Amino acid sequence: MALSTRSNFPRPDDAFRAVVEAHRGLSDEQSADLDAALVLILANHIGELDVLNEAIALAKQRMLEASQQQQQQQ
Amino acid sequence: MAQSKVRSQVRSNFGYRRHADQDRAGAEISEYPVVVIGAGPVGLSLAIDLAQRGQRVVLLDDADRIGEGSRAICFSKRSLEFWDRLGIGQRMVDKGVVWSVGKIFHGASQLYQFDLLPEQGHKRPAFINLQQFYAEAYLVDRVGELPAIDLRWRNRVTGLEQRNDCAILTIDTPEGPYRIGAAYVVACDGARSTLRQMVGAEFAGQVFEDQFLIADVKMTAEFPTERWFWFDPPFHAGRSALLHKQPDDIWRIDLQLNRDADPVEEKRPENVRPRIARMLGHDEFEFEWISLYKFQCRRMNKFIHGRVIFAGDAAHQVSPFGARGANSGLEDAENLAWKLDRVLKKQSPAGLLESYHIERSAAADENICESTRSTDFMAPATRQEARLRKAVLSLAKETEFGKRMVNGGRLSVPSVYDSPLSTNDRDEWRGGVRPGASMADAPLTTPAGEIEYLTDAFSKGGSRFTLLEFANAAAVDPPDGVEVIRIGGDGGLHDSVGMASARYDACPGSVYLLRPDGYVAARFRGPRQSTIGAALARAAGNN
Repeated sequence: MALSTRSNFPRPDDAFRAVVEAHRGLSDEQSADLDAALVLILANHIGELDVLNEAIALAKQRMLEASQQQQQQQ
Repeated sequence: MAQSKVRSQVRSNFGYRRHADQDRAGAEISEYPVVVIGAGPVGLSLAIDLAQRGQRVVLLDDADRIGEGSRAICFSKRSLEFWDRLGIGQRMVDKGVVWSVGKIFHGASQLYQFDLLPEQGHKRPAFINLQQFYAEAYLVDRVGELPAIDLRWRNRVTGLEQRNDCAILTIDTPEGPYRIGAAYVVACDGARSTLRQMVGAEFAGQVFEDQFLIADVKMTAEFPTERWFWFDPPFHAGRSALLHKQPDDIWRIDLQLNRDADPVEEKRPENVRPRIARMLGHDEFEFEWISLYKFQCRRMNKFIHGRVIFAGDAAHQVSPFGARGANSGLEDAENLAWKLDRVLKKQSPAGLLESYHIERSAAADENICESTRSTDFMAPATRQEARLRKAVLSLAKETEFGKRMVNGGRLSVPSVYDSPLSTNDRDEWRGGVRPGASMADAPLTTPAGEIEYLTDAFSKGGSRFTLLEFANAAAVDPPDGVEVIRIGGDGGLHDSVGMASARYDACPGSVYLLRPDGYVAARFRGPRQSTIGAALARAAGNN
C-alpha cells in the first residue's frame, strides 16, 4: 500500500481542529510529548513500514523546504 | 579488587611447556593443517569441533590462565546445542542457572514480562547464565581428552607471513621464538586481535559514549532466576539497570552511568556499595568483581584474509545488551569448523570457506543492528529521542504495541542465513524450518521406548550432512557419507507427541537436508534421489 495523500476526512476542518485542540493549554514541552505519543500510536495503527517511511520522507522534505524559505525571507 | 573467590573453584592456571617444534627452524619447521589463536570460548570450541572431525589442531594462547572476571554470562540455546555436540553441554547446564523469563520495569512498576521459550519439547532451555571462566575451564578439560589438540600456553604470535599455500607464524615463548606453518590460521584472539593488525585490516564502527558499571556481587537472597531490567528505577534515577543471577549465589548488576562520570571514582567499592544497597534493599553482599566499560559496535569488512580466518570478537564486536558477543562467536565456530574440515580433506573446494564470510558477516550485521538499537533506546542521544522513548514507556503500560517497542535488549537468536549453500523451496510449506535456519529440536521416541531429542539424534550421527526423513513406505536412499534420521516407519524414531511433524510442517515423504552445523540446507516433499544429490552438492560448495 502507498501513502494516501488524498483528502480522507469528509470534514477535514474537524480533523485539523481535533489536533489543534489537543494542544490547547499545553506548554511547548507537553505539546512535544503529546506529539511523540500521537505519532507512535498512529504509526502503529497504520502498521505498514513502507507507508510510515513515505510519510516520514514527505514530512521531512516539507520541513526542510519550509525552513529554507524562512531563512531566505530573513 | 576483582580477585574472584568463586573462580578458585576451577583450574585456571596452566603451565608453559616446551614443544619439540621449538627446536626446528628454516625449512625444517613443522606444518599443521590448522592453527587456532586464542583459547577463549570461541577458539576452544572451534578446536574441539575440528578435532572431533579428525583434524590435528594447534591452539595457541599468549596467557597461561583463563580470563578473569565473569565477562560473558548468558549462553543461548543454540550455543548449548553446539556444546552438546562437543560433549560438554550437560556439564554447562548442570552448573549454569537456567532461565527463560525476563521482566521489564519502569520506575517502581513492572511494564511487562516475556518468556523466551514458552513451549515444551526442547532439550535445552532458552538460556543459561554461567560465568565465562567456568565455560572456559570445562572446554579446557574437554580439550585435554582430545589428543588431536595441542594446546600451547604462553605462546604469543608475533609474526605472520602469508604464502600461497600456507601461513608461517612466528611465536614467542618464555624460551624464545620459533616458527610453524599452517594451511589455515583461525584468529580467535579477541577484540584487540593481534592478527587483525598483522593483516592490516580495518575495524570500523560506532563508539558509544555511555558508561556502564558491572558489578558481580555475592549474596544469598530469594530472587527469582529471571532477567530484570529497569528504566529509570527509584534506586538509580534517570538511568537503566539490570539484575541477573549466576551460579554460586553471584548476581550480575549492570548500571548505566552518566556520560561524564569519572571512571576511577565510580569504580571505588565505597561508591558502588550504596548504589547497589539501594537496588537490593539491603547491604548484605560482597563484591566479586567490579568493572566499568564503554562499548563499540564494529566489524571487519572481510572475515577471511588469505590463509587467516577471523572469528568471534576479533571479527566483530557488539554492545553487551542481548548476549550477542560470546554466542555469536560460538556460532562462528560451528559455522567454520565443518567447512574447514571439508576443505582440508579435499571433500569441498576452498571456495566453500567464502560462505563462512557471507553467512557470518551478515549475522554480525544483524547482531550489531539489534544491539545498537537496544543501546540507543537505553541511552537516547538527543532530547527528542528521549521524548520518543518516554512516549513508548508511557504507552507500554496500557498498550500491547507499546510493550513490544520497549527495548531492554533483544536476546540472541541464531540468524537465518541467506546463503549460496541453501536450495530454495520449490514445494509448498506452511511454516516448518526454512533453508538457512537452524534445526528445531523435538522429542522423539526410540524403538526401545526411550525419549531421544532430535538434536541428540543429529549429534549421534556425527554432526554430518544428515537427511531428516519423515518416512512413508519407501526409505530414501542417502548419498554416500550422508547420515539419515528416520522418523516413522519400521525401526525409525517415533514422533509420539507430534512435535517434530508440527515444527517441520512434515507429512510422510517430507525430507530435510541438514548441514553438519545443524542448519537446514534444503527441504523437499517426496524428492527424487537426484534432487537430494543436487542440494547436497550445493550445500557442500561442490556445484
